[in-house]
Amino acid sequence: MKAWDAIVIGGGHNGLVNACYLQRAGLNVLVVEKNDWVGGAATSRELTPGFLYSNCSYVCSLFRPEIMRDLELPRFGLQVISYEGGAVFTRDGDYLANYRDHDAHRREFARFSRRDAEAYDRYSRDVTRQCRFIQPLLMRTAPDPTSFKPRDLGELLYLGRKFAGLSAEEMALTLRFWTMSISDFLDEYFETDVIKANFALSGIIGTALGPMSPGTAYVLLHHYMGEVDGSVGAWGYARGGMGAVTKALAASFKASGGTIRTGAEVDRVLIRNGKAKGVVLAGGEEVYGKLVVSNADVKRTFLKLVEEKELPDTYLRRVRNFKIRGSSGKVNIALDSLPEFPALPKDSPVYRADMHFTDSIERMERAYDDWKAGRWSADPFLDMVIPTTLDPTMAPPGKHFMSCFVQYAPPKIDGRDWTDADRDGFTESVIAQIAEYSPGFRDRIVHMEVRTPREIEAEVGLTEGNIFQGELTFDQLLFNRPVPGYAQYRSPIGGLYMCGSSTHPGGGVMGAPGRNAAAEILRDLAKPTLHMSQAHDVI
Amino acid sequence: MAQATRKKPFVTEADTAVEARTIAQSHFRTLRLGTPFQPRIDALGLKQDWYNWAGYRAPHSLWDEELEYFAIRSQAALFDISPMTKYRIEGPDAEAYLDRITLRDVTRLEPGRVHYTAWCDDEGFVLDDGTLFRLSPTRFRLCSQERHLPWLLDSGIGYEVSVEEETEAVAGLALQGPTSFAVLRDAGFAGVERLKVFDLAEFAHDDATVTISRTGFTGDLGYELFVPADKALSLWDRLMAAGELRGIRAIGYTALNRARLEAGLIIANADFATAEHAIRTDRLRMPDEIGLGFMVDPQKGHFNGRRAILEARAKKKLRHVLVGLEIEGNIPAEHAIVYYRRSQEVGLVSAAMWSPMAKRNIAIASLQRPYGDTIVDDFWVEIYAMRELQYQKLMKRAKVVQRPFIKLDRRTANPPADF
Repeated sequence: MKAWDAIVIGGGHNGLVNACYLQRAGLNVLVVEKNDWVGGAATSRELTPGFLYSNCSYVCSLFRPEIMRDLELPRFGLQVISYEGGAVFTRDGDYLANYRDHDAHRREFARFSRRDAEAYDRYSRDVTRQCRFIQPLLMRTAPDPTSFKPRDLGELLYLGRKFAGLSAEEMALTLRFWTMSISDFLDEYFETDVIKANFALSGIIGTALGPMSPGTAYVLLHHYMGEVDGSVGAWGYARGGMGAVTKALAASFKASGGTIRTGAEVDRVLIRNGKAKGVVLAGGEEVYGKLVVSNADVKRTFLKLVEEKELPDTYLRRVRNFKIRGSSGKVNIALDSLPEFPALPKDSPVYRADMHFTDSIERMERAYDDWKAGRWSADPFLDMVIPTTLDPTMAPPGKHFMSCFVQYAPPKIDGRDWTDADRDGFTESVIAQIAEYSPGFRDRIVHMEVRTPREIEAEVGLTEGNIFQGELTFDQLLFNRPVPGYAQYRSPIGGLYMCGSSTHPGGGVMGAPGRNAAAEILRDLAKPTLHMSQAHDVI
Repeated sequence: MAQATRKKPFVTEADTAVEARTIAQSHFRTLRLGTPFQPRIDALGLKQDWYNWAGYRAPHSLWDEELEYFAIRSQAALFDISPMTKYRIEGPDAEAYLDRITLRDVTRLEPGRVHYTAWCDDEGFVLDDGTLFRLSPTRFRLCSQERHLPWLLDSGIGYEVSVEEETEAVAGLALQGPTSFAVLRDAGFAGVERLKVFDLAEFAHDDATVTISRTGFTGDLGYELFVPADKALSLWDRLMAAGELRGIRAIGYTALNRARLEAGLIIANADFATAEHAIRTDRLRMPDEIGLGFMVDPQKGHFNGRRAILEARAKKKLRHVLVGLEIEGNIPAEHAIVYYRRSQEVGLVSAAMWSPMAKRNIAIASLQRPYGDTIVDDFWVEIYAMRELQYQKLMKRAKVVQRPFIKLDRRTANPPADF
């Protein structure tokens, strides 16, 4: 009876990153994936002939360059195509664009407010200061503040020193950043609605909070993390869709001798005497492993894959209370031609960038009100991209793939499950919004895939359809993510680890949780980690 | 609760503000703007050697940076300063407002005068330095390197004052060099001979007004001229025609930068980091730390940063000092590390050159106190001179000297000499 050195449950990007690092450390690793393809939330799927859909995650910026390098992702085919900015359409027929050139960016803002245009420098200084503080924490295991182990004390000291190294003004800013609403934070810099809306969107994406909810300022930081000290830079499209990221990871994994079993759904983790011994697949097959790593979110892992009796009651309660509320959906559209937006000049780079229609924080908050009331937003917030403007591999010539991230969509409608009719209503709220800014849009639609939280949970396996595997609020970060006392990728079950976005430092196609978890596992096995690059310097 | 249906969110009424905004959309096609003088500069810019000055396409050098430099020192040099940020500050409280936000005593700045000043944040860290022109008892122009509109507007709360950015509306020219006065006189600006250093006056030009001040960034005899953007080209032509026999030349930034270093003048975000841009908080500087302590006037009423600056002085919390260095030899020490007794690192050179006027190797450096403050001997700079893909490492003695590195009597002579 063969026992794998490690079994990774779930072939999402973090599961694959984790598996790659373990395999390269000499372990014999098996990845089991319930779908017939790997990728988790980073996939490219041909859902209609000729069109590849990035049908869950859709842009790439946060992926850690250290991981790309260690796992040789460029060699295994990953190419990221940078795009040039973005825009918010305004209801008066204009738009506010973000340009990469600093002076063009200022002039664009000055069309709306000369004051706000000049306020951008101070805003960007403060955001950069915060990112520089937090970024080095991404690639480190969060310390356990209750532990007296030398390493935890060392890490706490590191954190303390970093904090103590801040000026009084920075400390104040840090605390504000981690607790404020993005709306209040932006009020300190800007006064124009559309300019605030432009920045606020990074504070609410993937989060079941509104721009006026405390804690959303941090979510904005999380989205800016890729841009510190030139480590990655711009947002980009993975050539061939987001599946290209996990395809390259899977290729890297296999090249180093790893094994992937698709179509193999895990029914539960096999536990004997409080120790993980393997997994039981849906058909009843038992697969044995010396340790098990779950890429699934903390709720799915401990409420579905592990029997309750195996867990301490405090842990169980905290897992149940972990906030992983679904807030968004996806509308993925195949188009027979490039949509036109009369507000945009035909040669605008914005066609190749992210587009939005919510031009005030007020509208965002109203969209959130619908979520609170248990319904999808009547006037939703969209993050819309057309990657085929830069990547011809995803659609036939002249045709396009459009990805619309849609917020807000509650996990349940008025307390009951989503129905197909609800999904159609949700779809209509999105298409109607786009069509208002793009005449003839409906006629260009060839095929559509709509994913409400119901579909995201069922198909991708993310509880409630939460894209970050748990909200990125201060109470669920660092040594509190996902559960106090278990922030170091381990669990109450011996030999059962976590490596998904539910763990520190959280969601986004970043790969850091998968990597950090591998480092902890190898530490437990007393294996060297020389194949893992140190985090980039921030000087 | 029932699902709400979507209401069409469009605003229907036409709006002139929207129209103006829409017209301005096209800027994305031109990342670097031309200034109002661009047609003339393009015609003379034989080297096509441009850099980005605050979003404008500005010349590093037009045809020969050596000769452009000597135009400043021996003839008359014309330098386009239009991209410099300009704010128009006006109102019954303008004087009180500016006195409140800048370091120097604005109540002593008479109409028709200019002064070089700086302004700080509440912690006493320098936001920028610049020139303040008093155009009338209630009207000022503030010129600076960086942009400060939010800060200027927020500081104006409670004052009867208006602040407007006028960078694009007003074109600016620096006319510098020994023959600059003669050029202006010959161009027909009668009365320009009466301008003393830091005086300004208005003159008629092409049915409009040009403001001429006896100011500049070269340490030489020179003037700065501000004119409405649509009169820029006729002003340029008028000066060029009058200056033909006086050796007038258009110049680029490289030449000007040399002249300013000889004059011992500093540049924001080259010789010090401005408070609103410094990402690393230990880079912030108080006026005393960048040689601008002379501006601080504790006798006048409250001004921004006063408490912090005076406290830092009293408690000796000032950490840096900006000094002029004279370095042995002739190899420029650009961005060299400064050592005390050849081994202890005490600072950094921010600008350096071989001065053709002083015939000396000069530099501006920031040192960590007490070096440069109470300890002023035994400094060395380590010069890494890249020569044909090899560093020639030189350890050269550096002496702290007074700035400016050159002092030209013609700069201040009255009446200005007719060269």
